[in-house]
Amino acid sequence: MKRRLILISLTALSGAPVLAAGTGFNAPEGKVLWGRTGQEGRLCADCHGSELKAPGKHVKTGKRIEAMAPSVNPGRLADLKKVEKWFKRNCEWTWGRECTAQEKGHLLAWLSQQ
Amino acid sequence: MKKTLLAMTLVLGSLGTVHWATADEGEREHGLLSLLGYGQDVDPVANATYKEECGSCHFAYQPGLLPERSWQGIMTGLKDHFGDNAELEQPVRDQISQYLVANAADHSATGRSPGIAKALTTEGAPLRITETAYFRRKHHEVPERMVKENPQVKSFSQCQTCHTKAESGSFDEHQVEIPGFGGRHH
Ligand code: HEC
Ligand code: HEC
Ligand code: HEC
Repeated sequence: MKRRLILISLTALSGAPVLAAGTGFNAPEGKVLWGRTGQEGRLCADCHGSELKAPGKHVKTGKRIEAMAPSVNPGRLADLKKVEKWFKRNCEWTWGRECTAQEKGHLLAWLSQQ
Repeated sequence: MKKTLLAMTLVLGSLGTVHWATADEGEREHGLLSLLGYGQDVDPVANATYKEECGSCHFAYQPGLLPERSWQGIMTGLKDHFGDNAELEQPVRDQISQYLVANAADHSATGRSPGIAKALTTEGAPLRITETAYFRRKHHEVPERMVKENPQVKSFSQCQTCHTKAESGSFDEHQVEIPGFGGRHH
């Protein structure tokens, strides 16, 4: 429930139309985005790992990053500000630009199912 | 209690498993105290916001490892932070700056902080702990193959990979365990 709210508030904040639950964003699309290669061959998985239920490792510093999947790490995707902050940083780092509201919605739809 | 700890230490020492030989004899006493849990190299991080915001990409460096002017420099350049974007919004950024400044090496009386501050008086405002002369002097005996060429460490910036008690503010050489190499025996 909390995650659904985050999805909706993200779109509201960014000015995009708030889409009816379940129609606007889809998980398969999010999965594709997660695997999309960015600048200099960078991927989300560079730091979060390809297995979302397992911890990742920061590609530059080597520091452990706890698992992304909410099913094993309940603290995930529960704080809108945190999610926004990291989307901004990580989209810029990985893809060289901020993610659009649409992309964030798809990514969250997929991540929240993990 | 003190005796038990001392005995354990001696056993560990003689097995030679987690023992890095003392290079700096002058600091031996400090090292032993630290090992027994009585010494503190720097104050541990005592600010949850700092730990959350500045400890997500790497080890949350204790404020007592750098002087005030270095922290000011870091905090005003977060947009391009060693190639990463570590920008923070207000009031969080100010809260963290205040915490760092109040506990910086030149404002702390704990352990190595005064020494670090003193050693840095001629060095401007270094943005890296690992590039200060103080740091380099302490690590000049540690070879590249244990750091850069070691996939489990990668760089000196990852204090906690070798200093097993780094989070508690203790960097004693006797508590060093380099991944893939363990302790070094002489
Ligand atoms: C350079 C390393 C790195 C890359 C690449 C990276 N991330 Fe992250 N990400 C982090 C770190 C560090 C955190 C914060 C630490 C934590 O929460 O465990 C984080 C946190 C997040 C969060 C917040 C999750 C929460 O706790 O609610 C989201 C969402 C996220 N990343 C999405 C992405 C997406 C999408 C991509 C690809 C476009 C990506 N990340 C690529 C390092 C990275
Ligand atoms: C988005 C990731 C990220 C965040 C958030 C972040 N840093 Fe960093 N930081 C880095 C990277 C990458 C390096 C370079 C590490 C390396 O060279 O191995 C670094 C290096 C440092 C260093 C130098 C370490 C050395 O080599 O001596 C300091 C000091 C530092 N950060 C302080 C901070 C502070 C204070 C904050 C919070 C305001 C912060 N960092 C937040 C990514 C981050
Ligand atoms: C590759 C492993 C490694 C990393 C990473 C590392 N150190 Fe060290 N450090 C050592 C070793 C080994 C010694 C003991 C060197 C000697 O005695 O010759 C040491 C010694 C020290 C000492 C002196 C301790 C004493 O008892 O005299 C301090 C202080 C210190 N390190 C701080 C740090 C800080 C702060 C960081 C992170 C910015 C760091 N170290 C990162 C391996 C490491």
